[in-house]
Amino acid sequence: MISQEEATLETNLKSKESKESNRSFKFFEDNDINWIATILLLIGSLAILFPLYLAINVALKSPQQLAQSILAFPKELHWENFTKAMELTHYFRSFKNSSLVTVPTVIITLLTNSMVAYAIARNLDKKFFKFLYYYFIAALFIPFPIIMLPIVKEMSFLGLDNRLGLTILYIVYGLSMNIFIYISYIKSLPGSLEEAAIIDGASTWQIFWKIIFPLLKPINATIAILTALWAWNDFMLPLIMLNDRKLMTLPLVQYVFQSQFSTNYNLAFASYLLALAPMILVYIFAQKWIISGVMKGSVKG
Amino acid sequence: MQNKCNKTFYLMTIPALVLFFTFHTLPALTGILYSFTDWKGYGTWDFVGFKNYINLFKDSRALDSYIFTFKFAVIATILVNIISLLIAMGLNAKIKFKTALRAIYFTPYILSILVVGYIFNYIFTFFLPDIAQTLGINTLTKSILGNPDLAWIGVVILAVWQSCGFNTLLYLSGLQTIPDNLYEAASIDGAGRWRQFTNITFPLISPFFTINMVLAMKGFLMVFDHVMALTSGGPGRATESISLLIYRGGFAGGEFAYQTANAVIYFIVILVVSVFQIKVLQKREVEL
Repeated sequence: MISQEEATLETNLKSKESKESNRSFKFFEDNDINWIATILLLIGSLAILFPLYLAINVALKSPQQLAQSILAFPKELHWENFTKAMELTHYFRSFKNSSLVTVPTVIITLLTNSMVAYAIARNLDKKFFKFLYYYFIAALFIPFPIIMLPIVKEMSFLGLDNRLGLTILYIVYGLSMNIFIYISYIKSLPGSLEEAAIIDGASTWQIFWKIIFPLLKPINATIAILTALWAWNDFMLPLIMLNDRKLMTLPLVQYVFQSQFSTNYNLAFASYLLALAPMILVYIFAQKWIISGVMKGSVKG
Repeated sequence: MQNKCNKTFYLMTIPALVLFFTFHTLPALTGILYSFTDWKGYGTWDFVGFKNYINLFKDSRALDSYIFTFKFAVIATILVNIISLLIAMGLNAKIKFKTALRAIYFTPYILSILVVGYIFNYIFTFFLPDIAQTLGINTLTKSILGNPDLAWIGVVILAVWQSCGFNTLLYLSGLQTIPDNLYEAASIDGAGRWRQFTNITFPLISPFFTINMVLAMKGFLMVFDHVMALTSGGPGRATESISLLIYRGGFAGGEFAYQTANAVIYFIVILVVSVFQIKVLQKREVEL
């Protein structure tokens, strides 16, 4: 009885204390904001935003308006620059190409690279898997130009100088870095779940798909983001691999159309913005998720 | 039981091993093989021994591309790391609009370098000279991209703008591992802001500093998209990077074997630089 009373007294005290500390914490927060840092960062962010503002500004003007002033906000908005740019560069076709490379790349990368990493991480005591680990990691130090010339010959010989070939290369070339990130994450997972599953008679295959893969969710998010950013924005691989205009990805199209934009900067900038738009839209909605995903990858890797 | 498990593990990795060998190791090995031939990319070829390598050391175009690439990479790496660390420290302080500011600073990293490069190209070619004219700064009234001595600065600016976001995030995750009470203890002991930085912040984020320096340097030594968008290697060959030279000479210049030899040297250079950086920076980590 007495102990109960004591307990309630104690919780009362505790809640009072925590309320007080909460209040003092809030008070502390309100008064301790580092305004100098805030203002400096706000000024610095203008350096980031300015080129984007300029791009929107130029894209919405007519050539005459642009000649008068680059900076001034357009008086009348020339949205038709965007529709013209879409027609000229076959926007939806290149958007489709970029998507048809990026989406399969991300999905297959997640499914396969995690599996390879799991097999290696759980068998590092065996020679073969140790060799695999160092083999894949060593590839991180091989610069792409050494592969660049021969791979083009190889891919066109195999008839893979197309979207499928590009997808294969992204999945294969991402392997080294992804395995590195996955393995350090898998090592931190407790082995007890797998042991219990083995006793229950589950096969290695079942263990991976039913137990491990769901546990990899946070790091899968990181890999998905990094892979998507790379495959979507990459310029060099599409440049050397794709000759057919119908197959070109969004960044490559901007390069190919440079000569046709010539001095029509309004049209060119509308096209640039259209090329940047999908990523910006995704970023606006998934900004927190993307940033925490990248940070998680950096701590693990 | 144990045996069956093993089989699955082999099944999980062998397809990846085969694919990786086919699309990564095999072209790298054929590349090294071709570097000892006189293949133009088409037609017949013969082995020529080390001729390509010997010629490369006498090739002023190759030498110029190495000089440009290293100048660019060293300066960009230093600038990116200083600026990123400053931004990260700002973002780690008690500031208003924290999430929004962090999101803005990371934005350039999600954008295509090539497309952003075209926007910067316009800024350097038209906007800056325009401003300089109004302000009466005569030296800047012509585009810096058209000046062989200044064009590389444009490439540095684009590179710094684009890659600070990523490095900032890496530093930020490093800074967040430092417990607040260390700073409290230091300020009680009378340590000023600068001493807190040199004695607490910097030593504790050294592993992140190492990673950032190595990654940034390695990335910048491969610079390609930036140059394609801003200068296409010009004016003349003032901003021709090693990657660009290998791409141009290899595909269009009929120098397939010769440029593959260049790529092999490039590989050795990158390897030496990375190992050197890791050794030096990690040694510093231990000493601190």
